[in-house]
Amino acid sequence: MGALSNPFDPDQTLWGGCSCGQHASQAEHDAAHRLTGAAPAPDERERLAEGRVAESAASDRAAQPADTDPDVAWTDREAVLARTVESAVLRGVFGGDASRRGFLRAVGSATALAAISQFIPLDKLKAAIVEAKGPLEKTELNIGFVPITCATPIIMASPLGFYERYGLDVEVIKTAGWAVSRDKSLAEEYDAAHMLTPMPLAITLGAGSVATPWTMPAVENINGQAITLAMKHLDRQDPSQWKGFVFGVPFEYSMHNFLLRYYVAEAGLDPDQDIQIRVVPPPEMVANLSAGNLDGYLSPDPFNQRAVYDGVGFIYKLTKEIWEGHPCCAFAASRKFIDETPNTFLALYKAILDATAYSQVHENRKEIAEAIAPRNYLNQPVTVVEQVLTGRFADGLGNVRNEPDRIDFDPFPYHSFAVWILTQMKRWGYVEGDLDYAAIAEQVYLATDAAAVMQEMGMSPPETTYKSHTIMGKTFDPAEPEAYLQSFAISRV
Amino acid sequence: MQPRMSVKAGMLSLVLLTLFLAAWHLLVLAQQGPAVEMDPEYAALMGKQATEGASALPKPAEVGAELWRHVTDPFYDAGPNDKGIGIQLAYSLFRVLTGFLLAACVAIPIGFLIGMSPIFRKALDPFIQIMKPVSPLAWMPLALYTIKDSNLSAIFVIFICSVWPMLINTAFGVASVRKEWLNVARTLEVGALRTAFRVVLPAAAPTILTGMRISIGIAWLVIVAAEMLVGGTGIGYFVWNEWNNLSITGVISGIVFIGLVGMLLDMALARASKLVAYAE
Repeated sequence: MGALSNPFDPDQTLWGGCSCGQHASQAEHDAAHRLTGAAPAPDERERLAEGRVAESAASDRAAQPADTDPDVAWTDREAVLARTVESAVLRGVFGGDASRRGFLRAVGSATALAAISQFIPLDKLKAAIVEAKGPLEKTELNIGFVPITCATPIIMASPLGFYERYGLDVEVIKTAGWAVSRDKSLAEEYDAAHMLTPMPLAITLGAGSVATPWTMPAVENINGQAITLAMKHLDRQDPSQWKGFVFGVPFEYSMHNFLLRYYVAEAGLDPDQDIQIRVVPPPEMVANLSAGNLDGYLSPDPFNQRAVYDGVGFIYKLTKEIWEGHPCCAFAASRKFIDETPNTFLALYKAILDATAYSQVHENRKEIAEAIAPRNYLNQPVTVVEQVLTGRFADGLGNVRNEPDRIDFDPFPYHSFAVWILTQMKRWGYVEGDLDYAAIAEQVYLATDAAAVMQEMGMSPPETTYKSHTIMGKTFDPAEPEAYLQSFAISRV
Repeated sequence: MQPRMSVKAGMLSLVLLTLFLAAWHLLVLAQQGPAVEMDPEYAALMGKQATEGASALPKPAEVGAELWRHVTDPFYDAGPNDKGIGIQLAYSLFRVLTGFLLAACVAIPIGFLIGMSPIFRKALDPFIQIMKPVSPLAWMPLALYTIKDSNLSAIFVIFICSVWPMLINTAFGVASVRKEWLNVARTLEVGALRTAFRVVLPAAAPTILTGMRISIGIAWLVIVAAEMLVGGTGIGYFVWNEWNNLSITGVISGIVFIGLVGMLLDMALARASKLVAYAE
């Protein structure tokens, strides 16, 4: 519960004001240190004993202050007093609440403590996000989406009544592309929107737009993209033969772009020199493929399946074969929306989490496909959407493949996803200079809140917000982003 | 003689249309490839283009059926992203007319000023010359960024593209009012305001109306593109949504409706310019 206030605190600076980058100011940083030195220390040791630290970068960093704890100056009366008060408060907060303690362990107590030390003078946001007892500030919301299957939870929550269930009257509005979606979100025409997971980071950093604090409370889908090649390239399925190819991606700040770049770079091609990557709106990809303007694309579904359906391309590789469980699209909202209408946000958040959980169940996928295929939503033949969602699909080469996890839905916004994305943004020159990876990740990706809300809803969120990922056999350790970045032969760094 | 000629012209139009439709139909038939042998289980997952070798281009009859569907049910509303063609056209017309009328309110007075005063003409000329050739869509990102409302942005884009033809034509019309008429007014000691409304305006009206006619044509061209960009509602969005489904049938029916409405708008202004026309 404690860490909750951290990402929601509007006063929190982005660029970690203290030496470790976790706290808004040096004073808070010191306060956290004092705390770890006092009451929770036994808890911390217990956690270490359980060996959780090894598997969690968050805990690693959480443990750091304990290791480097500057001794509380016992001669400093104020510090002593503060510590005594704070440890009393901590006991009060955590006393007897097993689930909260579990959550605290998951996010690392240093993070949680730092946050608690700021919101103990009754932070309005804490009340809003976890308890949310107040009435909804507004019930009529506009949510933008781009018509692709990644947006399934956001879209299907409308026809299947998930928004209503939480007292919301939501209009889901189809948007021509991500640039427009971003601009309409920045213009506050949309209260929240379907975005790509790198976009909230880019918007917060001001890459490609005015820097505005943005948040990503939940991931929409994992996997669910594919590399599609034109039929004429049937016999050029080795990426080393792709020199001179023109590929389409839906947006610059997209997993599609980063995964495609990663994939060809692993095959020894420089994505900026050896191939051409063009931003093409997904609906235009199929037409461009059949017209020969594109040799292939890494795009969201249903447009991979649509190329197969129309006989113009074949599915060369599902992105789950590049990175099993990679994030793709996101449910994103501005920090302002969360701050100004916390109760509405929470209701919306729960509706999205609920819808995502429903989409996760394979038995529901057929029903969802039928609900979102009509003109009002995706505007696609039902069979195309169904093949994407159920994972039983024609691959364009004459085979019927069965990949139930072709697309999956998992709302948990791991901080490590954000760190990976930031490493790739830096790798390809989309951002420059030193990045405080963890601070940005934790500000934008609301993993700790996701864990709290999911727990409250009876779901089982993961215990850590950082984990290592394996992309094409190579391990990414979120605790060492710079070393990871330096490990690539082809990069702009 | 006159009626017989229009009958003949009408018949010629019909013949041309029939020829065009027949050629289209034959083209589609010619594109039909051979049916492909496929495992039925696999074929069930594929579209007609892949299984039957069907052409991506629809036959004229299919487009006709689609048009009929729209015409018979123009005002249905099945959610924010699926509305009947009538509603979509109404949204587009509202945007075009709002932008157009705003432009008229600005362009005609300023045009008057420029036409009456050579100094103003010289002073404003560089601005007009620079702004005039800018594609209205180039304004779109700027409008979205500053106005922060996609609907208003679309109206602004219509405004900015309609304003120049009206401004220039008004200025030209006012400047070329015959000197004799103005001299007569001056001899009769008619006041400046009265001269403007009773002499200059009627004299310049046909030129002003021509400017308005050019403007509405451009505005209707631009609204489709603007709505394709910002989406949401309107005929431009309709075409984009059909394109999103790769439905050429839907795109063609959108084109037909755009053409029809554009023609009606032009006819309305042509009718208006007849009202103010005069013979010297």
